[in-house]
Amino acid sequence: MAYKITAKGLNLYYREMQALNKINLDIEERHVTALIGPSGCGKSTFLRTLNRMNDLIEGVRVEGQILLDGEDIYQSSVDVVALRKKVGMVFQRPNPFPMTIYENIAYGPKIHGQRNRRLLDQIVESSLQAAALWEEVKDRLHKPALGLSGGQQQRLCIARLLAVEPEILLMDEPTSALDPISTLKVEELIRELKSKYTIVIVTHNMQQAARVSDTTAFFLSGELVEFGDTELIFTGPRDKRTEDYITGRFG
Amino acid sequence: MSTRQSFDKALADLQQDVLRMASVVEKLIYNAVKSLATQDPILAGEVIEGDDLVDEQRFQIEDKIIKIIATQQPMAKDLRILITGIRIIISLERMADHSVDIARVTMCLVEEKLIKPLVSITAMAKLAQQMVRDGLDAYVHNDPDKAREMCEADDEVDHIYHQTYKHLVSFMKRDPDTIGQATYLLFVARFLERIADHATNIGEAVIFQATGEWKELN
Repeated sequence: MAYKITAKGLNLYYREMQALNKINLDIEERHVTALIGPSGCGKSTFLRTLNRMNDLIEGVRVEGQILLDGEDIYQSSVDVVALRKKVGMVFQRPNPFPMTIYENIAYGPKIHGQRNRRLLDQIVESSLQAAALWEEVKDRLHKPALGLSGGQQQRLCIARLLAVEPEILLMDEPTSALDPISTLKVEELIRELKSKYTIVIVTHNMQQAARVSDTTAFFLSGELVEFGDTELIFTGPRDKRTEDYITGRFG
Repeated sequence: MSTRQSFDKALADLQQDVLRMASVVEKLIYNAVKSLATQDPILAGEVIEGDDLVDEQRFQIEDKIIKIIATQQPMAKDLRILITGIRIIISLERMADHSVDIARVTMCLVEEKLIKPLVSITAMAKLAQQMVRDGLDAYVHNDPDKAREMCEADDEVDHIYHQTYKHLVSFMKRDPDTIGQATYLLFVARFLERIADHATNIGEAVIFQATGEWKELN
């Protein structure tokens, strides 16, 4: 089977400190993959290797390969801006631009050269629809995005990603700053987006990983301990360390 | 120090509750068969009344499990322990019901002379009781091998059941006056066969608890 993303023998160092150790992992297309593990285990670092966000940190060195549709994204010829358009990211705290709702969504397509007002209108509507936010904001598109609730802001950030037509969505604890209802809305959205996008999510919320993902990877001390079907990981993990972590008896 | 001491204690308490319920059920099965063999209506009456305690225990344990699931969000082995607990108490509760069924037969036959000594029924009862004990032993020790071994005894129970069936039918054919009692005894054989089946359900639950896999063993 061809995988959307494949990590092969991936090592990552922050200067002398090795943060990822020989990670081999296959991520299926249009699947939700959850990355779990205690703080400092390397799961967010791994997530950030998938669109080369770690390049922005000084002293980071990467060995091995990340293949996206079979192409190594760490080759020097890769256009990192194009890569990050294809592989978008949602962060822990919603970070809308201090602009209107409309401008937040239209910003990306405009940067990428879209000037046609009618097409921009369409992109804004379809992106907000896809992020399950349209009904809540359609009457105030030209109001400041910062006036939305935290949960709405996070869905706006997801809509902003969708507007530039990515293939992969990386989510770094996307609901950790949200209330329970907003969290469930974002989770529902993740399940809907799965039909079109490949999603990789880092979460500290075990129930969330169990609810939204198809496959789960457990990281510990920079190593990938166990990777498999989410159902199996949460009912009968093979590795004692995984068992201890997900049953809350870690450390 | 364990990070989930109170949760661990709740799981340990649950196992003790299940075992307490099991000991009541084991006694019911034993007394039900004894009441029939000795034609003792008082003992049969105790079995029938004893079922209320089992029902009560079952609902109490089920309640506890539901509360643990709702408040602790169990995963992996913890979740399997709780599901196994539910499966076992349901099987135990069904065994208690079958003991009551047997005790009711005792009540019906108390005035009659038995048409034959209850050799095969007693043998089935002994095997079924041993299966229940072994199943619970496997549960306490979380031992899937012992659970599998226990389930193999079910074939022997089935074998005696079929022999008993043939034997009782031949009685009925020979002497239609025995049809009433022979039918009752056939019911009893069937109830014991079902008790053994429920013991294999316990075995399956123990294997699930230990391995996470469901295997049909009966």
